[in-house]
Amino acid sequence: MADILRERSKQVYRKGQEAFQLDCEKPSAAGSVSQRACVFCGSRVVLYPIADALHVVHGPIGCASYTWDIRGALSSGPQIHRLSFSTDLQELDVIQGGEKKLYAALCELIDAHKPKAAFIYATCIVGVIGDDVEAVCKKVSQEKDIPVLPVHSEGFKGTKKDGYRAACDALYKLIGTGNTDSVTPMSINILGDFNLAGEIWTIKEYYRKMGVEVVSCITGDGRVDEIRRAHGAALNVVQCSGSMTHLARSLQERWGTPFIQVSYFGIEDMSQALYDVARFFKNDEIMARAQNLVRNELQHIMPEIASYRKKLQGAKAAIYVGGAFKAFSLVRALRHLGMTTVMVGSQTGNREDYELLRELCDEGTIIVDDSNPLELSSFLQEKDVDVFIGGVKERPIAYKLGIGFCDHNHERKEALAGFKGMLNFAREVYSSVASPVWKLMPRRRADFGENSISEVAG
Amino acid sequence: MSTDLKVLKPPAPNFVSTRNPCKLCAPLGASLVMRGIEGGVPFLHGSQGCATYMRRYIISHFREPMDIAASGFSEASTIFGGGPNLMQGLSNVTEQYKPSLIGIATTCLTETIGEDVRQILHGYRESREGANAPELVHVSTPSYSGTHLDGFHAAVRSTVEQLAVAPASAIPCSENVNLFPGMLSPADFRHLKEIVADFNLPLTLFPDYSETLDSPVLEHYAKIPAGGTPIARLRAVASSSASIEFGRALRAKTTAASFLQERFGVKAHRIGVPIGVRETDAFFSVLSAISGQDTPEAYTLERGRLLDSYVDGHKYVFGKRALVFGNEDVVIGLASLLSEIGVVPVLCTAGGKSAGFASSIAEVTADCIEPVVARDGLDFMTMGEMARDLKLDFLIGSSKGAALSRELGVPLIRVDFPIHDRIGGQRILHVGYRGAQQLFDLVVNTVLERKQDSSPVGYSYM
Repeated sequence: MADILRERSKQVYRKGQEAFQLDCEKPSAAGSVSQRACVFCGSRVVLYPIADALHVVHGPIGCASYTWDIRGALSSGPQIHRLSFSTDLQELDVIQGGEKKLYAALCELIDAHKPKAAFIYATCIVGVIGDDVEAVCKKVSQEKDIPVLPVHSEGFKGTKKDGYRAACDALYKLIGTGNTDSVTPMSINILGDFNLAGEIWTIKEYYRKMGVEVVSCITGDGRVDEIRRAHGAALNVVQCSGSMTHLARSLQERWGTPFIQVSYFGIEDMSQALYDVARFFKNDEIMARAQNLVRNELQHIMPEIASYRKKLQGAKAAIYVGGAFKAFSLVRALRHLGMTTVMVGSQTGNREDYELLRELCDEGTIIVDDSNPLELSSFLQEKDVDVFIGGVKERPIAYKLGIGFCDHNHERKEALAGFKGMLNFAREVYSSVASPVWKLMPRRRADFGENSISEVAG
Repeated sequence: MSTDLKVLKPPAPNFVSTRNPCKLCAPLGASLVMRGIEGGVPFLHGSQGCATYMRRYIISHFREPMDIAASGFSEASTIFGGGPNLMQGLSNVTEQYKPSLIGIATTCLTETIGEDVRQILHGYRESREGANAPELVHVSTPSYSGTHLDGFHAAVRSTVEQLAVAPASAIPCSENVNLFPGMLSPADFRHLKEIVADFNLPLTLFPDYSETLDSPVLEHYAKIPAGGTPIARLRAVASSSASIEFGRALRAKTTAASFLQERFGVKAHRIGVPIGVRETDAFFSVLSAISGQDTPEAYTLERGRLLDSYVDGHKYVFGKRALVFGNEDVVIGLASLLSEIGVVPVLCTAGGKSAGFASSIAEVTADCIEPVVARDGLDFMTMGEMARDLKLDFLIGSSKGAALSRELGVPLIRVDFPIHDRIGGQRILHVGYRGAQQLFDLVVNTVLERKQDSSPVGYSYM
């Protein structure tokens, strides 16, 4: 059993044993080695994929270095987003203020890269040293005639979720400034897909086949001019609800655009997303095309998936992800592969999220909020997990114990969304579970002993 | 020659901003050091994100668990002070990890608001008196001053300053040698320990993350991985007969070794990172002088084989032109190796700034047939702008040069830290004759591969 810090004891729940009461949405316990990041991280990951915008980190160098080209978010055109720019504040700037440096940095970078907009991320010390980022942005915006948007992402001012909010607020200012005359009635914005490994291209293609126009992608393969006309779309389709629901709500209030929440991961959720969009337009043709599309895609992938299912039957999975919404899809997709989820957790889930997870999971499943490496490692050992699904920081916990791991984080290079993505996911889970290396690991020592090759006889 | 000189006159970097940085912030270096102490847990006094970002960055290189605790600043802590968070964090780390030591590094936020960490720790220690409390050391690492390398050296110095106990007598009371190697790989640390042991010298290597950041796969998860410099040995550093520290660029800086010499009279030997024959020879002669022993035969043979390979390969690399980038100490070592084999490191750059960088590069490249430019405080975009007309044959440095390598169409030889796009960063051996051998083979084969790949004939004998 894990040593769980007293102040975290209510953030771990085992289904079936106790009345459901899981604490969440609270600051991480100091010194607990939370897997969470900070406000800046939340803003940076959401805005990062906008490829023709300039992203400038205002502060000392670290935050820019650690986020240089880290997302697998692809662009079909410009690549400005993959560069790392910082004002790299020095001691003297801290004393005298960084406004002049920020102004000079913005001017030179805009001149050099000709972006369509600029996002300026204020990191921890910017407010403390009293820089008026807002004023500098305004001045540069007037002089260079592009939107220059401050993102208030001081790391300590909350959690990653507050960073999402700050990013949404910046996007909100951009939306509504473009011309929507050519937008058709059957149109949507895709919110909360970040085009990891080209996923949004797959999703856009589905919508195109259904006869639905995609006005803008926020933010995968994002373009400033598209985002500026997002208010013209009839519907906002929101994935990654943790990051984007705030924006969808704001747009509903301001522009009256309704929104639905979807997930593009796993067969059920992907199909459901297309049907929900078709249903919204109350158009039989669109629905028929969606059904047709789903049928064709399934025919294509099901035989191979069935073969993996046979091999993965009964294997045990653990999940630890940033947002709980992703966990729902994962639990369902793993069940589709014949696997059971024995542990599931998230960094930032809320009460409703965890309630839904409880309903979704089997008896005995561990549900955890804002966990840490020591807890996670003990859960993996206790449940004798075959494959752990998480991000870069979770990977070494599994690997150190000789346990398979699949990356489902924003740095991955494998497309997992859509029907094709489900096939990729099945392949990846299968190759993670079936690798022969696990047989050599210390925790399988008993099996290894029985099967090991002895001296060649005679 | 004159045209070359003209080409080599690089444009002055005139950008105010830093574009594609070739450096990280100071607390990252400090965290690595704290991870290199037996039973040690690194702890950052600042926002949660700092610890998480640095963990991710370090994990992606070493592919090992790397737990860094944080005090998790909130808005309230920024206004009223982070003392309560720090103390709560220390208690929680103690409860969960049962560490022998917690190494606390500050961040830009805590430095800017002027947290008095020393005072807070003083109060914390008093409140915990009698309890089985871990040792606490702290280092000031404001991210707006210096780089990860400076944070690394500062953490080594601060730890030694805070843990070293004055010896009972003025005469060195042990044969022990202190070795402060700087920021090298686990493979380097293992090899250094092997070399010193073969001179029959007891050694305190600090830091030592050769096991903590490169450990075997386990049956049961270790809260704190085994290995690291034992605290008892850190307490005894002032009783050692001598200290060796690597880093030509460290000149004029107060370091762990210079502190021990000034305060306790422990003789300090400052030499370059032993990369290549000449710098390794210097290391071996220091060890010979301290131990009174000749270089063991195994190393003489290793050195002989290395020189033999230099003969075999010299023609392939003579006059080739390289861009070297990364951490000052390692860049100087690499420049030394390249120039001794006939490669011209036409542009030697570092993301950080060190007073001794340019002069050290000049020293180790004195024999080069063409001029060498040394520039510190550089980012990758400026480097790229300077390199465009340099007719480079290869780049050598961390995997952060991958984008530049692609842009220039010139191969990148991956060494140093971080390696984020290949596996095995922790196993790259840079030091000693053995490290030089591996690097030499890598350099020659990179040049050969490029020649073969770009040849219309594609000779299978080179």
